Amino acid sequence: MSFTRNLGRFEDDMRTLREKRTEPGWSFCDYFMVQVCDWLRELSIRAVGCSSAVHLCVDQEELAFVFEMLQQFEDALVQYDELDALFTQYVLNFGAGDGANWLGSFCQPVRSWNGLLLRRPIDMEKRDLIQRGEASLLDLRSYLFSRQCTLLIFLQRPWEVTARALELLHNCVQELQLLEVSVESGALDCWVFLSSLEVLHRIEGCCDRSQLEANCSHTVGLWTYATEKLRSLGDLCGLVSENGPDSEDLNKTVDLLAGLGAERPETINSPQSPYKKLKEALSSVEAFEKHYLELSHAAMEMYRVIGRLRSARLVGKSLAEFYMWLLCFACFLSCACGFFDRVCRYLQTSALLASDTNLSDEERRHFCQEILTFARQTAEGKGQQKDARVALSMSSFTRLQELRFRPSSALVHVSAALQLELRLCSLMPVPVTLEQISASIHFTQEQPGSTAQKRAAQNPDGTVTFPAASPASASASALELCEILEHSPSDNALSSAGVACRNMHLLMRRHDSTASLDTPNTAPAVAMEDAAQMLRASDVTLLPGNNSIVFTAPSQKPGSYTLRQLCATLGCVQFILPHIYPVVQYEVYSQEPQLSIQPLTGHNTDSMPVLHSSTCSARILSSSAELLAESALSIQSSEKVTSISLPVTPPYHTLEFLLEVLCHIPSCPARMESERLTNGQISRRSRTRFNSGMTLIDQKVSVDCPWSIYSTLVSLTFHVPFTIKHSLLSAGRRKFIQVCLRNVSDTNFRLTNQTLTENQHTPSLELCSLNTRTHSLVFRQQCVFSVWELRWSGVSPVSVHCEFSAAFAPADAPDAALKLYRYDFTLERVSTLYSVRAEIRPAVGEQQCCTGSLCRLEVSLTRLSEASDSDEEYSETDGLRSSRLLYEVIDNSSNWAVCGKSSGVVSMPVAAMATHKVHMEVMPLFAGHLLVPSIRVFKYQPRLASPVIQPDTDSCLENDSLSLEDQAETASLRSRGSVQSLGSGESAQPRGPMPKRQAFGPGQVFSGTQGQQVLVLPAADHHLMEVNVT
Amino acid sequence: FIRFVVLINYPLYIRSVPTQGELKFHYTVHTSLDVVEEKISGVGKALADQRELYLGLLYPTEDYKVYGYVTNSKVKFVIVVDSSNTSLRDNEIRSMFRKLHNSFTDVMCNPFYNPGDPIQSKAFDSIVSTMMVQAC
Repeated sequence: MSFTRNLGRFEDDMRTLREKRTEPGWSFCDYFMVQVCDWLRELSIRAVGCSSAVHLCVDQEELAFVFEMLQQFEDALVQYDELDALFTQYVLNFGAGDGANWLGSFCQPVRSWNGLLLRRPIDMEKRDLIQRGEASLLDLRSYLFSRQCTLLIFLQRPWEVTARALELLHNCVQELQLLEVSVESGALDCWVFLSSLEVLHRIEGCCDRSQLEANCSHTVGLWTYATEKLRSLGDLCGLVSENGPDSEDLNKTVDLLAGLGAERPETINSPQSPYKKLKEALSSVEAFEKHYLELSHAAMEMYRVIGRLRSARLVGKSLAEFYMWLLCFACFLSCACGFFDRVCRYLQTSALLASDTNLSDEERRHFCQEILTFARQTAEGKGQQKDARVALSMSSFTRLQELRFRPSSALVHVSAALQLELRLCSLMPVPVTLEQISASIHFTQEQPGSTAQKRAAQNPDGTVTFPAASPASASASALELCEILEHSPSDNALSSAGVACRNMHLLMRRHDSTASLDTPNTAPAVAMEDAAQMLRASDVTLLPGNNSIVFTAPSQKPGSYTLRQLCATLGCVQFILPHIYPVVQYEVYSQEPQLSIQPLTGHNTDSMPVLHSSTCSARILSSSAELLAESALSIQSSEKVTSISLPVTPPYHTLEFLLEVLCHIPSCPARMESERLTNGQISRRSRTRFNSGMTLIDQKVSVDCPWSIYSTLVSLTFHVPFTIKHSLLSAGRRKFIQVCLRNVSDTNFRLTNQTLTENQHTPSLELCSLNTRTHSLVFRQQCVFSVWELRWSGVSPVSVHCEFSAAFAPADAPDAALKLYRYDFTLERVSTLYSVRAEIRPAVGEQQCCTGSLCRLEVSLTRLSEASDSDEEYSETDGLRSSRLLYEVIDNSSNWAVCGKSSGVVSMPVAAMATHKVHMEVMPLFAGHLLVPSIRVFKYQPRLASPVIQPDTDSCLENDSLSLEDQAETASLRSRGSVQSLGSGESAQPRGPMPKRQAFGPGQVFSGTQGQQVLVLPAADHHLMEVNVT
Repeated sequence: FIRFVVLINYPLYIRSVPTQGELKFHYTVHTSLDVVEEKISGVGKALADQRELYLGLLYPTEDYKVYGYVTNSKVKFVIVVDSSNTSLRDNEIRSMFRKLHNSFTDVMCNPFYNPGDPIQSKAFDSIVSTMMVQAC
């Protein structure tokens, strides 16, 4: 109770004192009577008459302290607010000329500007100064604010702190002006900067991050203010000037830093204290730039977050101004790496301005000239910095309009000409001469056609039209509308219908906010890709407005080419379009090499025997079959593969050459040389077949080319044009050799020089030509026969090896070279062993043979020579050597009926001219001139108990089967003859070891009566005459 | 100094006493629209119809004080005053806005005036001039 009473009394006293302050006789002594503290009294005495406000402050603050101690923060704050307002009023009054002379102490020059200090609850240092009456206005304000700040934070109202802080800072600046306090220029900026940051730090210290982010509308003012102040400090200290800080600027900086004093012990350990920041920022251009950018971006970001876009842009604008300033002296900074960023930004801005049609022509020219000058200067002055290129976005420089392919398909074969015409619109106000304009190309080895769908943007006439606006806005500008129908759930009736826009969120979005602010950051990201292939055009002058540039596109390799980037080079400035959209592609294909095989003469390849002379040179023919050149081939052969190096041939030309190929024809008597053109590497295999009398030899040739993965199989067919048959003809003992040459092809041939030679050159043998003509013509499918007589002296030859040869050439090619055709054959058992004669006589007492009457057939077998060969078997009977012969009467035309045995075995003595006669009865069945039945003679070998090993198994087997057949034949003949069958002795023979018969060789048996005819009269008493017309 | 601006979202009428520093002034006014919008949206929720047209001090800067006023049809009035000018109190500013609003209403009543066009009215001019003379 007593405390409250005391407090109340204290308050009242204070109030009375204050009320008295305007009275002329207001005394400090009276005022001090009520003071609690002695030190206050002392202070007051010293400040008699001139510093009443100070005392008042201190007194009122005492009250505030009391409240604070009592946890009455609200009340304490009110006391401070009252003090604050009171002081403000004094200052205003003073400014209005109402001289409260005690305020004079605040008008002394400001010597220290070390900012607010909010980290201590009570800044005793300042308080001390105030008590001693030495405080400056800034000190007083700082002190008061720090107290207010402390209380507000106790009261959990940090956001009020920022608002008050901003007010305080503005206020102080105004008051100092009003009081005409002399302040060193920049000092206030330092103070404001430090104070703003200090407040922000204090707030950050007592709030968590999410709170801060949610309330940046309260802090952003301080951020902006600090940014502005730092900027003006930079201007002041020459950190944003053309030449960098000079000595005067440095002096200024030193003075300003001196005014900061030493860093407070509270913040000395914190790396991010405002004091350190300011000191660092003022120390160098780079540090200043860094801090300035940091603050600007923070402020802009906050403005953007709270939706104050105009304010954000204002900060951005001053940032832009800053960049512009930097650029003004950028030319003088030669080697700084960061320099180029700034140059880029400046040049980009210049380009934007130069292309802006809203500006006056004069201004546009100016900015365009800026770029040109820069490009020229750096190009001249910096040969050593070739790689230092400034890359700018092309969008502000030119606009792509259209791209046209010639030919329009954008598909060419390798090395063919492809032109690209690029139409672009220059946005510059003056003509610009570019050193080079190039487009980088991305090459892929895709198969043509696979990218067809990607080239959808290309019109059929080979043009690609680029959208007028930037791709981003173009894509966003399309409305995606869809209709919406709502049915009522109960009866499914249409309740509402409408149209909705699906991408409204894109369309309704503000376009300017993020994109425009980010532009300066994205500009340096424009970089030229390294590309192996380029489209280039040099020394291009772009006139304002539409231009057309023609490029020649590379087409050396097959594949797909995609245009990626476009780059216009102007000195060391490059305008780059980082992506060409829509996709522009062209394709280069190479046709697969094909080997075409054609017959070189004639059209009928099936029947055409190809006989060619060959040369080892290749003829190069143009596509219109003109002969261009002839060059030699080099052919290298290994065991299996033949490699042929072809001469260089231009595309779409034909290479023609002949190769001589030796084709071995196995198991064939003829051998021929032939040829067909092949190519590349050859491997062969062959197969022979016989077809319609003509020998066909199939050859397969595989042609492998290094440029193709496929092997080409060439099938070659060789035709042997002739077939040859030989036969041995006998006339008694004389022997003739007949050669039948048959032309099986469809071509007529000339045939000359037909010769038959005996291979072994036996001196006793002689071949006599019986041919009269040496030249003959053999037509297609016809035969030519030639005959020689074989003569020998002394012992008859066992076998004769002969070779027939003839030269031939196509009949319709008179000058064609003659080819040799050869034929080898061997004759065995040439000499005649037996002569067989058959004679038919009428029955005894008859003049003529008559049908139905028996006639006599007399067969006489005569041995002509002594048997000398071993193929006859002899049997010894009674000391007489004889061989056994089987004879057989064969009447193939069934003219005769043989009565009795038609065959029999006779034993021929081994002696020359030994004759054996056999008589048989035959009956003619018809009248007329009938052929005498032929008599066949075989060697007869009775089967022995022990089988005889036959030297000639082939013939043995053949004869074996023949014998059975022959018996069957004779049996049937007999039954047909309707004559009683006497039975064949052999058929009656018991089965057991079969006797064998063996045929003689073709010339061994001479039939002397072959072809002889016998007149047979019809039987007179037949009432029915049978006439047989043969 | 004192400056008057009437604008919708673009200026309809601008009057400025010292003509130097025009650009900075324009920027300030432009930026102040952020705060105006913020305040309108904030106030509009609380009192839809019975709201105060006078928005008060929009924001202080070191050099200016910017005051704002919004009519019901969202036409904005902005007065920018030098910070050192302490003679103008809140009430005075408010009455100035009111006068301005009245005068603007007269302008709008002119059948020859197309809404949205820049204001070219002698009556409006004279009202603004008198206020400026009073303020300075």
